[in-house]
Amino acid sequence: MTTVNSQPPELAPPPELQVNPVTWIKKNLFNTWYNSILTVSVLWFLFVTVKGLITWATTEAQWDVIKLNFRLFFVGTYPATENWRPWLILGIIVFLSGITWGVLARNVPTLFSRNVLIALVISATILVLFPVAIPYRLLLLGIVVLLVASAWGAQQVAKTQPKLGNWLPLAWFIALLIFLWLLGGGLGLKQVSTNQWGGLLLNVLAAVVSILICFPLGVLLALGRQSTLPVVRGFSILYIELIRGLPLIAILFMGQVIIPLFLPPGMRPDRVLRAIIGLTLFSAAYLAENVRGGLQSIPTGQIEAAKALGLNTPLSVGLIVLPQALKAVIPAIVGQFISLFQDTTLLFVVGLVELLGIGDSIFAQAKFETPYQEVYLFDGVLFWLFCYAMSTASRRLEKQLNVDH
Amino acid sequence: MTSNIGQKPPLWRDDRFWRIAIQVLFVLVVIGVVAWLGTNLSRNIQRQAIKLGFDFLQDQAKFGIGDTPIPYKATDPYSYALLIGLANSLRVMVFGIILTTIVGITAGIASFSDNWLVSKLSLLYVEIVRNTPLLLQLLFWYFGIFFQLPKLSEKIQLPGSIFLSKRGIYIPWPPFTTQLFLWLVVLLVGAIAAVLIWQWRTKVMVEQAQSGQPQLIALIAIAIAAVLIIIIGFGWQRPQVLDTGNIEGGLRLTIEFCALLAGLVFYTGAFIAEIVRAGIQSVQKGQWEAARSLGLKSGLAMRLVIFPQALRVIIPSLNSQYMNLAKNSSLASAIGYSDIYSIAQTTFNQAGHEIEIIVVIIPLTYLTINLIISFVMNLLNRTVQLQER
Repeated sequence: MTTVNSQPPELAPPPELQVNPVTWIKKNLFNTWYNSILTVSVLWFLFVTVKGLITWATTEAQWDVIKLNFRLFFVGTYPATENWRPWLILGIIVFLSGITWGVLARNVPTLFSRNVLIALVISATILVLFPVAIPYRLLLLGIVVLLVASAWGAQQVAKTQPKLGNWLPLAWFIALLIFLWLLGGGLGLKQVSTNQWGGLLLNVLAAVVSILICFPLGVLLALGRQSTLPVVRGFSILYIELIRGLPLIAILFMGQVIIPLFLPPGMRPDRVLRAIIGLTLFSAAYLAENVRGGLQSIPTGQIEAAKALGLNTPLSVGLIVLPQALKAVIPAIVGQFISLFQDTTLLFVVGLVELLGIGDSIFAQAKFETPYQEVYLFDGVLFWLFCYAMSTASRRLEKQLNVDH
Repeated sequence: MTSNIGQKPPLWRDDRFWRIAIQVLFVLVVIGVVAWLGTNLSRNIQRQAIKLGFDFLQDQAKFGIGDTPIPYKATDPYSYALLIGLANSLRVMVFGIILTTIVGITAGIASFSDNWLVSKLSLLYVEIVRNTPLLLQLLFWYFGIFFQLPKLSEKIQLPGSIFLSKRGIYIPWPPFTTQLFLWLVVLLVGAIAAVLIWQWRTKVMVEQAQSGQPQLIALIAIAIAAVLIIIIGFGWQRPQVLDTGNIEGGLRLTIEFCALLAGLVFYTGAFIAEIVRAGIQSVQKGQWEAARSLGLKSGLAMRLVIFPQALRVIIPSLNSQYMNLAKNSSLASAIGYSDIYSIAQTTFNQAGHEIEIIVVIIPLTYLTINLIISFVMNLLNRTVQLQER
């Protein structure tokens, strides 16, 4: 009776709920009569679709279509003798990604935690079982090893050189220029015209270049829309509202058909470039609206404080307002980039052979009888992986930036 | 310090000067760019001998249209063909907006279900649909699903005389007669009366603490009358299989229309589901607790307390999703449905005049449609917003 509990009773943790499968099922699936009906009907629906899908995938589907056309899917009709160039680019991308990962995770005690190890082992297994020739499997495996090695190495270096992270954006930018040179040729390499760039390569390239150009353009438009100068504001509003009122496919066609008419006779940008211009003009208007949301969320006190410090308008916008505004809308901006990547499929409608366009050229092969479902499922999985990775990465970034608060 | 007073600051430190200077510079740059583009255009027009003008709209179209809601012949002018395209687009947009709202709100609310399976299924749907491109989904719906339907001779029959085949999907449909039109007017009047009675009932229940029984009986009577009118008065026509193997009567929906509608509805529905989810999450937890303490069950609390408040957050974003749906319907051309965009495309492939069509006709159509959607949604928005002093 005399012993005093060192912990006040109201702070004691609630008793752990004993969860066994039966009570869990009862609580989450069959707690009321209508939930029981729902559960049973959903289970039946899942059973029918999954069973149908599995039977189709194992008996009817002609997966040979995918297997025999890997090259087409990834690089289109890029000349086979120049195969090493896309491979080298993939290698550089993986190497740089490894370094970026290592540098960003420099303070994490174990770079290869259990989850990461499991993911690595699974992806390595998938790559080894990938139905391509043995040398290519070894190459793919080598790329995974490269990723791990560069990440580990970068982490070790970054522990002593914390400033290394500041050079990463520059490295990526230089890498992009190298990629364009490697793909297009010139300066000692054999020329490959953009007509031969295709498949997923074209989607990724168009998306990356458009993102790089539309981001500054969108920020400028957003600042213009929020500006106190009536002429600049009016023009920005007109541009944003006009572009947002139009379907992207109309803008892409405008790019293909109308742009040459508005340029001097000698200047005729090639089809890929015209498509990228269309994509950029379109996304910039949407991005501007996202950034505007961020600008509106910055309290006036911040601007007044900057003024009080003696900063003029460009400096206070560039140093105080914009960084906070952009940080506030990272999820929206990444969402915009994801949809820009998805929108690159519309290049197919204006006659460029990107991933969906490849599908058309495969259906034209007499060897296979209408493999629509197989091809579109494969395309879907590829896109899904890319977009899911992008949205997961953005959530991570968001969390990391919010640690400061 | 005193010496500065009354002395003008130098020009380059004067904010007013810079404000005017920047704007003048901006206008000059814009005029310069426009002039440059304009001279290029006029030179190109002269060089390529392009004729501008809208006279071509009166020429014969000379192409067939797969899906014509109103009668059309190939000898009709381009303007009439474009009109049919507009009707087709509007058909997809109207049905699309109605269906996608149902799908989106269902999926959004389902993610809050206390049934584990249902909420996970809703999340799965959103994750799959939002991370794959719309065009891919449209192609999958068209080639992967509807195009795989059997030929007309081997059609699938569903209960309720619905027939599925490659030639189209046949469903029962009332014939367009004056009688149908009159019944529709009656239904509309009934619906307005029902809304008024509903508001009256809520008012007497809240303000005078009455039971609302008589109004409820009136509402039930209206509902029964409406159901009877729809079943009997409409004179539904069932599709009939003729001896020749053809199907007559009812409504034929082409598989292109169905694929476009299904693709747009499920794609936009996933985005609406996320908007609904965010809207419901934005309602404070205390509102749930207050509703519970009043004795409302979770379904009723959602309908009467939470959802009306969530609507304030939901409707502005819903507006832009509807506009996206309207614009995305232009992807119809990829699966061969003749909407306004694909007919415009056929027109300029045949008759030229890209500049008139791309610079005037297409933007005008979509901008007008989007303005109408925006206007209606803003009206709706005003009714649900908080009325503050």
